[in-house]
Amino acid sequence: MEKKKITVAVTGLNAIDNPGPGVPVIRALTESKHFDVRIIGLSYESLEPGIYMHDIVNKTYSIPYPSAGTDSLLQRLNYINEKENIDVLIPNFDAELYSFIKLEDTMREMGIKMFLPTIEQFEERHKVNLSDYGKKYDINVPYARSIFSTNEVYGLTTDFTYPLVVKGKYYDAGIAYNQEQAISYFNKISAKWGLPIIIQQFVHGTEYNVIALGDGKGNTIASVPMRKQFITDKGKAWAGIAIDEKNLLEMSHHIIGKTKWRGGMELELMKTSDNKFYLLEINPRIPAWVYLAVGAGQNIPEALVKLAIGEDVEPYTEFKVGTMFIRCSWDMIVDIKDFEQISTFGEL
Amino acid sequence: MNIKKNIALSDSGFIFNPSSGESFSVNPIGVEIINMLKDGKEKDEIKSEILNKYVTDDATFERDYYDFVNILNHYLLTE
Repeated sequence: MEKKKITVAVTGLNAIDNPGPGVPVIRALTESKHFDVRIIGLSYESLEPGIYMHDIVNKTYSIPYPSAGTDSLLQRLNYINEKENIDVLIPNFDAELYSFIKLEDTMREMGIKMFLPTIEQFEERHKVNLSDYGKKYDINVPYARSIFSTNEVYGLTTDFTYPLVVKGKYYDAGIAYNQEQAISYFNKISAKWGLPIIIQQFVHGTEYNVIALGDGKGNTIASVPMRKQFITDKGKAWAGIAIDEKNLLEMSHHIIGKTKWRGGMELELMKTSDNKFYLLEINPRIPAWVYLAVGAGQNIPEALVKLAIGEDVEPYTEFKVGTMFIRCSWDMIVDIKDFEQISTFGEL
Repeated sequence: MNIKKNIALSDSGFIFNPSSGESFSVNPIGVEIINMLKDGKEKDEIKSEILNKYVTDDATFERDYYDFVNILNHYLLTE
């Protein structure tokens, strides 16, 4: 069967110690049996490693940060699209999703398809709203609330017991064992990611994650649970294993079925010693460990592209339990002319 | 006591629990005992086979067997 030619633009090329999902998404697409992909990288910084991976990224363009506003982003995407004729765009950062969701209709008119959650789905599962989300959909979530000032830290002990987790609204978290540490994390995280800061009751246990893809009609197209085997000091999985945990599969089907989730998602969970799962977060995008799902038999980025262009997608029903991933760091040698090109002209 | 049905045990002594993702290693005697438990054998039957096959005594078997079974229970490998 001849593969369908398609141009896919991908963000999240920062394959660093806290990696963006871009590079594994690209690897998954280049291994597609259905598509012959041309990959357009979209970068925010000149040192994102994916920019220089010429064997899997055909061309990269820098794009403005979300803080520059949707007009700047749209203007830049217009320029890129005129040159590259993008069919599908896969945003991979939480912080950029709001802009892309707002631009989805406009971009469709430009011929660029995406497959993203609706703004309501995006907001509802937000860390700030997770407690209500748990009540609404009957899911165990640790108690949490948002705070806007360090003064509020002093009153936390009425609702929380230490240790507690101090979280940024998009990224970053720290476990605080006392008030001083909570204030320190508040200042550090809010300086980087803004307010509010979310305070969540710490749950002790083993970390599990689920990657899933919803078709927007309540059907789960793919779902693979993973147990973290090696965790970095930033809390990221450096190794993990695909597991056959029925409770986690049921939870992903339950959430996608109830919310009619559209697009990729990651559930972050903690299993306590009494075998209860607590949902800590829902990330509204494909996670960086997506390549494990591909290796286990579910090419989620390929399925997402099919959904974006309106093709029928048969739900995956199985995966190879026990498939593992082990991340590695790999030094690339880069010609300074490449760095000059992306730094000066914003494209390479 | 039974070993959970989905627990995978290889000849090398590598145990994999597919629902938790945990893995363990046991020595050759451990492999023998887990295989006997998987076959549904009771403690007295296992004891008789081990005492026939190896130079050990009743008290040592009892102590080591209960230690081993406690560890299997602790890691949720039994049902």
